[in-house]
Amino acid sequence: MSQAREEILGRIRTALRDVPDHEAPGDVRVERAYRRGSNESAEALVARFVERVADYRAEVERVPGASLGEAVARACERHGARRLVVPENVPAAARPEGLDLIPDDGLTHAELDAVDGVITGCAVAIADTGTIALDGAGDQGRRALTLVPDLHVCIVPGSRIVASVPEATARLSDAVTAQRPITLISGPSATSDIELRRVEGVHGPRRLVVLVVE
Amino acid sequence: MTFQESAHIALQDTQLRHNIGNATRAIRAKRNHVVAELPDWQELREAGRALKERVLRHLDHYLVQFEQAVQGNGGHVHWARDAAEANRVVVELVRATGVDEVVKSKSLTTEETRLNEALEENGIRPRETDLAQLIIQLGRDKPSHVLVPAIHKNRAEIRELFKRELGIEDLSDDPAELAEAARRHLRDRFLHARVGISGGNFGVAETGTIALFESEGNGRMCTTLPDTLITVLGIEKLIPTWQDFEVYLQLLPRSSTAERMNPYNSFWTGVHEGDGPREFHLVLVDNGRTNVLADEIGRQALNCIRCSACMNFCPVYERTGGHAYNSVYPGPIGAILTPQLEGLDRAGSLPYASSLCGACYDACPVKIDIPQVLVHLRREVVKSEGLDPEHAAMRAMANVFSSRRRYELAQRLARAGQWPLARHGVIQHLPGALSGWTATRDMLPVPKQSFRDWWRQR
Ligand code: SF4
Repeated sequence: MSQAREEILGRIRTALRDVPDHEAPGDVRVERAYRRGSNESAEALVARFVERVADYRAEVERVPGASLGEAVARACERHGARRLVVPENVPAAARPEGLDLIPDDGLTHAELDAVDGVITGCAVAIADTGTIALDGAGDQGRRALTLVPDLHVCIVPGSRIVASVPEATARLSDAVTAQRPITLISGPSATSDIELRRVEGVHGPRRLVVLVVE
Repeated sequence: MTFQESAHIALQDTQLRHNIGNATRAIRAKRNHVVAELPDWQELREAGRALKERVLRHLDHYLVQFEQAVQGNGGHVHWARDAAEANRVVVELVRATGVDEVVKSKSLTTEETRLNEALEENGIRPRETDLAQLIIQLGRDKPSHVLVPAIHKNRAEIRELFKRELGIEDLSDDPAELAEAARRHLRDRFLHARVGISGGNFGVAETGTIALFESEGNGRMCTTLPDTLITVLGIEKLIPTWQDFEVYLQLLPRSSTAERMNPYNSFWTGVHEGDGPREFHLVLVDNGRTNVLADEIGRQALNCIRCSACMNFCPVYERTGGHAYNSVYPGPIGAILTPQLEGLDRAGSLPYASSLCGACYDACPVKIDIPQVLVHLRREVVKSEGLDPEHAAMRAMANVFSSRRRYELAQRLARAGQWPLARHGVIQHLPGALSGWTATRDMLPVPKQSFRDWWRQR
């Protein structure tokens, strides 16, 4: 092992002389008195999620399952998107006719840059914060898909909305164990670096459309 | 230059003061609003503090666990004792890939080690990709705020800079148009980048997961698109388990950008077939952190999750801006962290860059008692300068009695046993010229509650 490693670990042990030898990490008390769950109705969760997504200047819409395809088509038309990349397991209901839907068979970055948008599902969504979480599962695809194109249409089944951050991290822990990358998305790409004026779409997608399916 | 000298210069700059004042006021108002939304904020703060304490008291254990997890996920781990070693490691890694340009997401740790200079000296061009960082890099400037590093530049100045440095003829000073110019400038570089360098907000000891929180998507670009990713992380950035994000994902965004959540939070666990870089290197940097760890009172500075709330709430920072601190970490946290990282002989004036008003402590999402550490460090400065501590305390006392507000603060500190002359809440003897008085009697103990406090509560 490297000399630097041994030296740093040695410095740490010297620095921590005040910590008794018999103390185990678990002996340092961590009080988890914060909220972990809730017993709100599904309707309340959806309503809060929708309200908070909209706060980020994302476009959000509640759609009945039967008209999902139309909603996707409308969103694409609004943004002039015709060619969209679609991960393998995005359901047929979310793939309207009339669009040029491209499977991701190892598209290069330049090829991805040339498509107008992407349609994905989501792993879990958080009502408290208006966040969607992607964990690389089959209906979400690899990270570059939701990063390079300009428009991201994300389909959120109502059943995947949880109230709080703790519930969401619990649901994502299997993906972490499986070493899958995770991305939490809260609104479109944004910066406030110039005079604190918020501007959307610096490097990631400029537009985020969230369709909550009931 | 000492803090006092540079602060004096900064105070003359009305434009700077105007920009910083506006920024901090706006962020404070927004932040109070989103924090008030969470009924369990205090419980979250306490958990956030305790988890960090657990990690710091057992840092050797957690680092070894973290190293094994990262390696188990196909990553490579490198250790660096100081800035020079960290830079050497990164330069070698970049060299091995044969490229002469890298894309970089904002990282305070690499600012601390001055990695960009080291890369340039070795013929490698670092491209900062965060908009503010790009503005700083193009202007050969220094960041003035942890969160909004170019807050001291207004739109007209940025427009001139972009026209000159990016060769754009026709450009308005509309922030949206300026951001668009940066996007166009960087897009190709992202798509063709072969090496990305990033910092990280957290490392999870149990799973080896790294987290990067950001807004623009440039962090995602740097950590996702290149073949090789090099992440530079201070050794104190660990948290025990994935579950602990249930705490920090609530504390950090609300304290930092005053949002319920920042636009992008990326988590990667080593390399993943078919998604993202094929090679992942993690550089763990000490660079003075073990010195901080050795100080039982100062150690808590390593809890810091770099949210910047303390500077937005600091009345001194609001008036001087970040440059006055001459430190990568400005504001109250810089005042306690930098002298500990770099040594009191180099940054010993920083612990005086505070009025001890306590606003930073109230704002801090991981409950770092900054005033306590400040007072402790001032005592250390006095010792290291070989000054007679009582003489120095006398100077401080004169300062205290010169204003009623400061006097009240001193009382409060004395009650907490933190005032340098107080023992158990009693001022046992006054120094210097006043010592004759306390030689024969104890000064009145500082009451548990001052009359003013008591009156206010009526
Ligand atoms: S000291 Fe606390 S408030 Fe200041 S930046 Fe660090 S975590 Fe935030």
